[in-house]
Amino acid sequence: MNRFLIPFGLFIVVVGFLAVGLTLNPRELPSPLVGKAAPEFSLQQLHDPEKVISSNDLKGKVWLLNFWASWCGGCKEEHPVLIRIAQSGEVPIYGMDYKDQRSEALAWLKDWGNPYQIVAVDEPGRVGINYGVYGVPETYVIDKAGVIRYKQIGPIREDILEKKILPLVRELQKQ
Amino acid sequence: MIPEVGHYALILALCVAVVQGTLPIYGAAVGNSSLMAVAKPAARGQFLLVLLAFCCLGYAFADKDFSVLYVAATSNSQLPLHYRLAAIWGAHEGSLLLWMFILSIWMVAVSFFSTHLPEAMRARILGVMGLVSVGFLLFMLTVSNPFERLIPAALDGRDLNPLLQDPGMVIHPPMLYMGYVGFSVAFSFAIAALLGGTLDAAWARWSRPWTTVAWCFMTVGVAMGSGWAYYELGWGGWWFWDPVENASFMPWLAGTALMHSLAVTDKRGGFKAWSVLLAIMAFSLSLLGTFLVRSGVLTSVHAFATDPKRGLFILIFLAVVIGGSLVLYAWRAPRVGLGGSFALISREGMLLANNVLLVAALGSVLLGTLYPLFLDALDLGKISVGPPYFDTVFLPLMTPAIFLMGIGPLAQWKQASLPALAIRLRWAFGVSLATAVAVPWLMGQWTPLISLGLLLAFWILATILVDLRERLLQAESGSVGGRLATLPRAYWGMVVAHAGVALFIVGVTMVKGFEVEQDVRMNVGETATLGGYTFRFDGTEQVNGPNYVAARGTFHVSQDGREVTVMYPEKRRYFVQNQTMTEAAISPGLLRDLYVSLGEPLEGGAWSVRLYHKPFIDWIWGGCLVMASGGILAVSDRRYRLAWRRKEAAVPATAQMARPTVS
Repeated sequence: MNRFLIPFGLFIVVVGFLAVGLTLNPRELPSPLVGKAAPEFSLQQLHDPEKVISSNDLKGKVWLLNFWASWCGGCKEEHPVLIRIAQSGEVPIYGMDYKDQRSEALAWLKDWGNPYQIVAVDEPGRVGINYGVYGVPETYVIDKAGVIRYKQIGPIREDILEKKILPLVRELQKQ
Repeated sequence: MIPEVGHYALILALCVAVVQGTLPIYGAAVGNSSLMAVAKPAARGQFLLVLLAFCCLGYAFADKDFSVLYVAATSNSQLPLHYRLAAIWGAHEGSLLLWMFILSIWMVAVSFFSTHLPEAMRARILGVMGLVSVGFLLFMLTVSNPFERLIPAALDGRDLNPLLQDPGMVIHPPMLYMGYVGFSVAFSFAIAALLGGTLDAAWARWSRPWTTVAWCFMTVGVAMGSGWAYYELGWGGWWFWDPVENASFMPWLAGTALMHSLAVTDKRGGFKAWSVLLAIMAFSLSLLGTFLVRSGVLTSVHAFATDPKRGLFILIFLAVVIGGSLVLYAWRAPRVGLGGSFALISREGMLLANNVLLVAALGSVLLGTLYPLFLDALDLGKISVGPPYFDTVFLPLMTPAIFLMGIGPLAQWKQASLPALAIRLRWAFGVSLATAVAVPWLMGQWTPLISLGLLLAFWILATILVDLRERLLQAESGSVGGRLATLPRAYWGMVVAHAGVALFIVGVTMVKGFEVEQDVRMNVGETATLGGYTFRFDGTEQVNGPNYVAARGTFHVSQDGREVTVMYPEKRRYFVQNQTMTEAAISPGLLRDLYVSLGEPLEGGAWSVRLYHKPFIDWIWGGCLVMASGGILAVSDRRYRLAWRRKEAAVPATAQMARPTVS
């Protein structure tokens, strides 16, 4: 076996993965969770580490769960949209600070503004795994019974907000 | 009619490419010079045909021909002409045509500047480039035809993505593609050498200028992309480790390693197999970048609209081109033989270490970029890899590489003495260490990272000075200016490029260490102070653009009571796609940028406003431009100019070899 074949061998492995990758869709995949009960969590709060925030406390209202991190570029992109939702008061947003450092997350919110009612801290990313988070930002619409009704992968754009999320929220709130 | 002409030109170009990719290579194998001679006219003919197709698409955009699907999808009757033309590469199909057009430009360039090459070598090089263009033309004609008709025609177009409506769009993609595709020349040289079995120092000497030019374009292209993100996205950041940014960064790293490795092959005959592998890698990574952007396997803000058929096509193409080259490499490279031996402490040794570190950095970027895909494919869960990973792996790899960058040029070939190097460089180290510790302290904030960054930057500059001084002392007597002028341009190119790296590091370090930002609510007439500057908000007014309406804010900026500048950030709403864009206002400066971006309108004419004071940020891009100009300087060296002029018979550049050239 000659060592000059090593690059070729490595390349074959990469091509194999790329071929499998083609059959997957990173934007859509974790839809299995839509229509199912949102995974429960009970986590430390970002602003007040003494307190916990639990998904059970949120039953009975429609809410958005937004996974974000201070290191995430896309989160800044969607941030103005989140602020707008928060200002309109139409639906509460709960933040999930994903694989982040507390001090940086706090500084980020202080600098850019805080659209969240409460921010939970998911430093090891466990809750993210339960929710099938691919990357941040991701946003879930969760109904009064605690069922996931919609999942947005990547930043929320204004057209998605207007056409999908807000109509869905209004409908769910009527139920 | 015109779009059909363009389509037809592409079909003809494909026919020519097939001829160019087969006959000359076969001719070179059997020694038939009339078959080899086909390569040159074929390359030029192909260029003219692709140029025609490119002009046809440009005409369709200029003419607002919305019966062409691609034109209708990426432009609009209200879009100004220069953006309509830039929209040629605003989406998948057209950017492929740009890719193809640039490939044909490189082919023509090779056909003109290769008179000094042996006929068989030139035939093989152009033949390999022809094969690459067969792949791209087939791709366009089968699943990505930019000339596809839309019947009935659209009344108006869907407009270019507002993010792309920016002067950066006009120039950044062509620059970047010049770099990406430029590596196809080094790649073709390498494949031609493997095919011909003549992998020697002459091969390296011929490849070097092409590699360097492609690298210069790549450097400028990547820097412009970063600068564009900085002022257009309105977040004030300049690098996000996004998969597509990584896709452009990886070939750059491979190209950087290749330039250095080729220097060893040229001067010492060493690293031959390694240089060939790097040349294959650089172009393979360009192709991989194309695949990642267009196949939808990764999520990225840059990703084009995707189609599984396209992804499959590129993957097969990728497998054939790269797989074929690597098999050829495995078959031929073992016979190439090794160059002269060298000690670990020698210029070769340092360049080898530099190469290993650059390739390790490349590998970790590749791993980070593809890791989510690997895990997903193995069904091990979905993860995201962000800046924390890249920052963590990149710094420890680059720190020793940059440290070596200071020593390498001073070390002798073959064998150098470590104690002697230490004595020659002790002052340089002492001075840079002292400065690196003192400067942040004087600026009022000391952290280890700031000092480390500055140490590396000062180290590069100090070692350059030591090297220059030694060379001046060695040269024959004469004025300082005269002695400096006798140093070859290739050497100056290296000095300038390395100094560019130093400037870049200063920029990154100062921005990371000293930037300040503020998110404030400002009423009309209110002021905010940041970094010694006072910003007064004088309200917003409505401004109408050609295809958008904007709220334009006015900020008077003053320092110590004197007015410095007036800044006009905008919040634009583009009509057709109904998207809001933030146009930040930037007041650039040598020592700092002021950056104002409008957030959201609040009640009573107040706005939420983001203010940044970013010291030395322009040094990041300035450093890149300096690096690129170092490359240009090196290419303009006398030995290459002589080589162009001479015919094949007179080739060996031994006369110049006797002179002390370095790079």
